Formats: sequence, C-alpha cells, structure tokens
Amino acid sequence: MKNILEVKNLSTSFFTHAGEVKAVKDISFNVGIGEAIGIVGESGSGKSVTSLSIMNLLSFPGKVINGSVCFAGTELTNLKEKKMQLVRGNEIGMIFQDPMTSLNPVYTVGNQIMESLLRHQKLNRGEARKKAIEMLSLVGIPGPENRLNQYPHEFSGGMRQRVMIAMALCCKPKLLIADEPTTALDVTIQAQIIELLKDLKDKINTSIILITHDLGVVAELCSRVIVMYAGSVVEKGTTRDVFYNPRHPYTWGLLKSIPIVNADHKERLIPIDGQPPDLLNTPPGCPFCPRCDHAMQICAQTQPPLSQLGEQHLAACWLLHPGAPRVERGR
Amino acid sequence: MVTIWMVVTITFFLMHAIPGGPFTREKALPPAVMKNIEERYHLNDPLWKQYTDYIQNLVRGDLGPSFKYQGVTVNQIIAESFPISAQLGLASLFIMLFVGLPAGIISALRQTKWQDHLAMSLATVGVAVPNFVVATLLMYIVGVKLGWLPTARWLSWQSVIMPSIALAGYYTAYVARLTRSSVLEVLQQDYIRTARAKGLPERVVVYKHALKNALIPIVTYLGPILAGILTGSFVIEKIFAIPGLGEHFVASIWNRDYTVILGVTVFYATLLVIVNLIVDILYCFIDPRIRLGK
Ligand SMILES: Nc1ncnc2c1ncn2[C@@H]1O[C@H](COP(=O)(O)OP(=O)(O)O)[C@@H](O)[C@H]1O
Ligand code: SF4
Ligand SMILES: [Mg+2]
Repeated sequence: MKNILEVKNLSTSFFTHAGEVKAVKDISFNVGIGEAIGIVGESGSGKSVTSLSIMNLLSFPGKVINGSVCFAGTELTNLKEKKMQLVRGNEIGMIFQDPMTSLNPVYTVGNQIMESLLRHQKLNRGEARKKAIEMLSLVGIPGPENRLNQYPHEFSGGMRQRVMIAMALCCKPKLLIADEPTTALDVTIQAQIIELLKDLKDKINTSIILITHDLGVVAELCSRVIVMYAGSVVEKGTTRDVFYNPRHPYTWGLLKSIPIVNADHKERLIPIDGQPPDLLNTPPGCPFCPRCDHAMQICAQTQPPLSQLGEQHLAACWLLHPGAPRVERGR
Repeated sequence: MVTIWMVVTITFFLMHAIPGGPFTREKALPPAVMKNIEERYHLNDPLWKQYTDYIQNLVRGDLGPSFKYQGVTVNQIIAESFPISAQLGLASLFIMLFVGLPAGIISALRQTKWQDHLAMSLATVGVAVPNFVVATLLMYIVGVKLGWLPTARWLSWQSVIMPSIALAGYYTAYVARLTRSSVLEVLQQDYIRTARAKGLPERVVVYKHALKNALIPIVTYLGPILAGILTGSFVIEKIFAIPGLGEHFVASIWNRDYTVILGVTVFYATLLVIVNLIVDILYCFIDPRIRLGK
C-alpha cells in the first residue's frame, strides 16, 4: 500500500518563558491511501500538537524542531506559507473537538462552507452553493437549502459537527484529520458521528487520522492505532494487535478506561491513576514510570526503545526486553 | 418615551428646587416689575400647573420662550446652535473610528512590535490626560506658538480641527485599546483556527473572520462613548468659545433660564435615546445571535 502521509522523527516544542516544552518527541508513523488510523492518548499527550504540526498551523511559540512530514510526496515542514494554504482545506481537511466554538458565529453556515469551495475550486457562487447543499445533505442534515442560510447557533452540537465535516470534506481532500470529533458530544450523538465518518470514508475515499482519547471509537473505524503518551509513541500496531495483544502498561490502562455506557446513558470511566509528567523538565527514563505498576529500576534511568513485536506491532517498554520478568496484563 | 418623560420630570423639579430664579439679580427688581414678569412667564402659577403646561407644550414640540433672551424661543436656540455641536461631534466620531479602530487593529496584529508599543503608549496618555488639558495644550502649542490654526470661536472649517481632536482624544485612545484587546482575544478563538485550516489567506482570516467578531464589544460600548462625547462637548465648547448647544446649556444653568435648561435637556435625552436605538440596530446587524434572541 502506498502512503499518503509519512511522518518521520517529528519533534515539536513550545519555547515558553519557563523553558522548552517538548510536546511531541520523535514520533514516526504513516497513513496509507484510503486508510484510517487512530491516535489515542490521554489529554495533554501531544495529539493535537501532532496534527497542528502536520498542518503547519502551530502558533507562536510552537515550532517543529526536527523531522519530516511528507504528504503525497511533498515535504510540508518547510513549505512556503502560500503553498501550504493550497494544501490546507483542499488536500487535507480538518475537524476539531468543539463544534460549538469551531464555527464562526457571525457568518452563515453556507457562507463558511462556500468560502472553502470558492477558495480552492474553480466554481462560481451558484455552483459553490449547489455543492454546499450537496455536502450538507451528504452529512445527513435535513432541509439543506434552508439550513444553508442559518447561523451556527441555530444548530445543535451534533449538527454543527456535521457541518464541520461537510466543510472539511467539501474539496474532497486526500486526508482528513479529525481531532477528537466526538469528545464534546453526547454519547448517542458520538456514535452517529462515527457512523457518518465510516460511511463517508468509503464514499469519498479519503484517508483519515482519527484523534481521540477513547479507544472504543478507534475500533469502529481504524485499521491501525498509535498510542501516545507524554509526546512519544509508546505503542503502535494494527487495531487487532493493540486491542487483543496490548503490550504497554499504559495501553492496558487505556483499555481499562474505555467508557462503558450504563443503562442510564451515564459514562463510566476508570482513569489511570496519577498525572502525566511535566513536559518542561522531563526526567530521564520511561515517562510512564511514576504511574506504572510494573516499573523496574532501569525504567527510572533509561528510556525504553521501541521493540518490534510483530510485522507492524511496536511498543516502548522495558518489560519487552528479553531479560525482563514476565508480567501479566492486569484486569 | 418613558425615559424622556422621566428626564423632563426630574430636571423640572430639581431645577425649581435650586434657590434663585431666572430674574433674581444682585440688586432686587422693584416688586411691581417682578410681579409683571412673573405673570408673563406664569412663574407665579402653582408648580404643578407650570409642570402640566410645560408637558402639554412639549408634546406639541414647543419648548417655550427663553427667559433670558427676549423674543427668542428655545426651539430657535437649538436650531441655531445644534448644527455647530453636531459638526463637532461628528468630526470627533470620525476621528475616533478612523484613528482609534485602525490603531487598535494594527497594534493587535503587530503585537509586541514597535507599532504596538507606539500606539499603546499614545493610547495610555490619551486615556490618562483629561480633555480640557489636551484642549489647553493644543490651543497653546498649535494655536498660539505655531499659529497654524485658530485658537477659538467658530469661523472657518479649520475651527473644527482642534476642538474635535481634544474631544475625541480620550475616546480614540479608549477605542484603540478596546479594539486591540478584542482583536487579540478573537484571534485565539477556535473558529480562527478553523479558518486557517481551510487554507484561507491571513488577510481573509483577519479581516473577514476576526474583525466582525472583534467589533461586537466595541459596538456595545458605543452607546456610552457617544453619550460621553455629547457631555464632553460642554467643556470643549466652553474652552474654545464655540457657540454650540453645549455652551448655551452651560450658560442657561448660570442664568437659571428654566426653559432653555429643560429644552436642551429634553433635546439631549431624545438624541441619546435615538443614538442608543441606532447602536442596538447596528448590534443586531453584526451579531446574528442577538437578532434571533429577540
Ligand atoms: N501554546 C502552547 N504553549 C505551551 N505549551 C503548549 C501549547 N500548546 C500545547 N502545549 C503543550 O503540549 C502538550 C500537548 O498538548 P496537546 O497536543 O493539545 O494534547 P492533546 O493530546 O490533549 O491534544 C500540552 O500538555 C502542553 O504542555
Ligand atoms: S518501561 Fe518500565 S515504567 Fe515504562 S511502561 Fe514499561 S515497565 Fe512501566
Ligand atoms: Mg487535543
């Protein structure tokens, strides 16, 4: 399979007054054409910074300090802003976590969708309008002709996220980055949005990077998963590998914290104990060490390398060293 | 309407509560003359009678005769002097919008660069220094020392320049600061990131997506700002000896010229109500959330 996106040794830092915040540390992954991959991790693990680094949208004082992002054969990290603008929204679409704040409140939904079309495609206003209506009905918004003239506050959260999806996909991008597209929504609406993405992935034939802290969402849609912790990739592999044969203690924790919807539609979540490390002064050794039930002496001293566990399956943990004791995944 | 009626009533009774009347002189007038005058202007009628008479005339749009200036009605005074005040006010408004807004936008976009520092230093001075100080300084430097502009009175188009700068100074600085912080805040919003992620050029991101949102808080303050310009004009007109409505108003208070005090007050109250109405309409125009809320 050919790749649409190849990220190699990407590192991104924020140069704040307090010092360098290493938000993303030496991560590598790729996305095949038409493939959906998931990036999971607790909040603060660097998922959003990764996606903004790909889009070249980091705001001051953030900066990609190393590595490469190769999209459809073009290196993006050093691409001129003018050229990058032709990639954004056109070849890579993006949707964000909070649909309540991600749409501009003072312009109609139609205006905001058409704006993208007019910018990237050779359409006149009438054609753009037609296309926008088409997109709205594609994402399952009833009465698109009327909805087009409405403002974001006239839509519910789920409907707004549908609008965001229509906007991100209207130029038929080769890649869609969805940064926690369901986190801010009700559980029932979450399922609908994931269903919609699944449906559109095949209809539009776009590759997807789905960012979430919810492993359950990934299982629905993605063929491969990357698990991030404190800016690093700690485990990656096929969805099957990560779900049925997870090897990193952090992944074990994440799997335990998959929300289970009770009969009364309340989510139950078992969070992992402890806090993620301070990215400003990262101690040596495994970043998960202070929270890990299986930490050994070496864990506090030296960072574990990524061990190859299968054709695609990798994890960074000293437990995978041939000399380490065997540990059973707790339940 | 209720607002205006309340303003009239309060002003009417407060005015009569102040000791002394329009014809009080240091040397008392002969009682017969006094009686004549009081009869002519119905000043010896009971207060409630004076009040209802006034309201009746007011409803017909008649603000009555001036007590001080023989044979001149209040309507005439307003018709004559308001255009001058209006010119001064509009010139100040123009300065405020066409200097204050751009200065704030440039500051925000050039945040922490020299343009920002320069504009914000000026704005701090502008907010801190009272308008009569600005007026006096301008008069002295530009008018007296350099002799570029007339120092006082209302003679040619040049007469409007210094007073309007003095009057607009504070509000221009205020608008510049408000605009800067508003633009900076809006630029942090999620929908700005969305606009950038769509591949829009920075120009469109700022002038289409950020600016309209950034204007919302400024429009909110526009009502109080315009009221401030109106009252500020009393002082400025006095300093520059401009024969505007503000000048008449101040004089009428000294003279206890009851009808002029009331008439000008009613006029300003009406003006403010209209201004606020326009601001509200403007507000609905830029913020669709308000439009539908009603
Ligand atoms: N503007 C910023 N300035 C400083 N640090 C930042 C900034 N944005 C993000 N970070 C750092 O990057 C880390 C990762 O953030 P993010 O990628 O948003 O996490 P998430 O995985 O929840 O999307 C945060 O914990 C924070 O320390
Ligand atoms: S390297 Fe050590 S501390 Fe880190 S996850 Fe593995 S066992 Fe736990
Ligand atoms: Mg995030």
